[in-house]
Amino acid sequence: MVVEAAGSNDGVMIAAQGLTKRFGDLTAVDHIELEIRRGEIFGLLGPNGAGKTTTISMLITIRPITEGRATVNGYDVARQPAKVRASCGIVFQEPSIDTALTARENLELHARLYGVPKAIRRERIEELLALVDLKDREDSVVKTFSGGMKRRLEIARGLLHHPPVIFLDEPTLGLDPQTRQHIWDYIERLRREMRTTFVLTTHYMEEADRLCDRIAIIDRGKIVALGTPKELKDSLGGDTVVLTMKEPPLEAFRALSFVSKVDVRDGAVWLSMERATSNLAHVIQAAGGREIATVEVRRPTLEDVFIRLTGRAIRQAEEGGGEGWFGAAMQYTASTNR
Amino acid sequence: MSEFEGLYGIWLREFKVFQREKSRVVSAIAQPIIWLFLLGGGIGASIDTSRIGNVDYQHFLFPGIVAMSTMFGTVFYGLYIVWDRKIDVLKEILVAPISRITVFFGKVLGGATDAMITVFILLLLGVVLVGISPVGVVAGLGIALLLAVGMVSIGLTLGAFFESMEGFQVIITFMIFPLFFLSGALYPISGLDPVLGTAVQANPVTYAVDGLRGALIGQSHFPLWLDVGIMLLFDAAMVLLGTWAFRRMKL
Repeated sequence: MVVEAAGSNDGVMIAAQGLTKRFGDLTAVDHIELEIRRGEIFGLLGPNGAGKTTTISMLITIRPITEGRATVNGYDVARQPAKVRASCGIVFQEPSIDTALTARENLELHARLYGVPKAIRRERIEELLALVDLKDREDSVVKTFSGGMKRRLEIARGLLHHPPVIFLDEPTLGLDPQTRQHIWDYIERLRREMRTTFVLTTHYMEEADRLCDRIAIIDRGKIVALGTPKELKDSLGGDTVVLTMKEPPLEAFRALSFVSKVDVRDGAVWLSMERATSNLAHVIQAAGGREIATVEVRRPTLEDVFIRLTGRAIRQAEEGGGEGWFGAAMQYTASTNR
Repeated sequence: MSEFEGLYGIWLREFKVFQREKSRVVSAIAQPIIWLFLLGGGIGASIDTSRIGNVDYQHFLFPGIVAMSTMFGTVFYGLYIVWDRKIDVLKEILVAPISRITVFFGKVLGGATDAMITVFILLLLGVVLVGISPVGVVAGLGIALLLAVGMVSIGLTLGAFFESMEGFQVIITFMIFPLFFLSGALYPISGLDPVLGTAVQANPVTYAVDGLRGALIGQSHFPLWLDVGIMLLFDAAMVLLGTWAFRRMKL
């Protein structure tokens, strides 16, 4: 099946309006609005169970939409599912590679299922096997592959029919750091060379930060924040410098023009400020020769953004959802540690 | 064209998997032979051959064993999609831009191919063991194919509904074994008590066994057109049921 972009998509690859999914009483995805541009790497960040996978499942037509509408590559998800599917490359959260076949056979099967023309099939498969560094193992049965190799093969498979958009559901879950790095590089390269749009879900903060142009933080089925990683982190109001010292000159710190807030907590002084690395010298000067035991510069992370927005850490949100005794206990522990 | 390529791709996948699972092929062939000699030999020693058309019991049993091999092999093959779904192998195929009907037919072709290879080897053994003629081999393959298509469809239909493998034992006990025992594969269907006799006549597998027995050892209860006609109807009904089940199957 040849897929060309539908007429009216002026650079918008995915659009969702009021996208909602209910399972009985549970609202898994709650009126989500999205607009993802061609060539963008877009991240859905949030704890397990936040609705990331369900959102993707609706966009790739494998779960019916309860309410709202969505388009992918200009095609309506509910009304033109076959065209949407042909536009998408999908890497599922759970491994779905056929372990009884060889790497090459898996790709050949995919090429047939997606109607990649015979004339270019061979060349395309060679190219992708090389891209994911599996050329030397192409004729081995996938059963013998490591987790990282399987994942790479799945990514190659997702790219095989040159889809304009690729959905990656937790692409690096459970992979070693080196393999993750490789996969990130492949994604960036493809975006550069083919202007492929990527939508990925992750609960790894650093993955979202490093890879994504824009991020939607999603919690309990709702998008609670949307922006570039920088915008999201900046929304917390800059950096924090934590000093441990005896008799801190709080007034002198407050007098510094770049310091927005001074707090004393857990036996340390917390200074909220802009550009902590370049202003640190002024802070130390303001301490007026008093002995400083430790200095720590903290840049806000996406994790901090998540905590600010939801009141809990991603880990906690996963483990107990903040509900029930375990979640409550986790939250209590976290608050006393702070 | 894309649908056809997809169909071929799915069939090819099934065929390659079958080739690679050597132990499955070996047991698919060994098991009927064990039945033939250990069951057939034992029961044959104490049976009145005038009730089974004056042939040796192993000769009488052979077509029944061919039916058994076809039936069990294909039903298991179909049910196996539960496992494929569980480990998400089927997901890749189900999200592809091809229709569910194509997926279903690809699977039916795959299962039927596996069964035909096994049956062909069995029939060649039958040439040596019970003196089947070359024409009998060809006719036997044709009838076994009719049985295979219907049974693989049943397996796939059930497989489309199950979430786990736990229901399998129930299916085997309450459906597959009764279909097999009530098919005349192990005993002649004339002279049964009315209840059993009616059940046997209502069982579509009976007509496959009868057709096979006619083709392989020249002994049959019903005319060939009736055997083939009923199998065709059975296949059509099961294929319809299967395509419906596949269309509503969740990922």
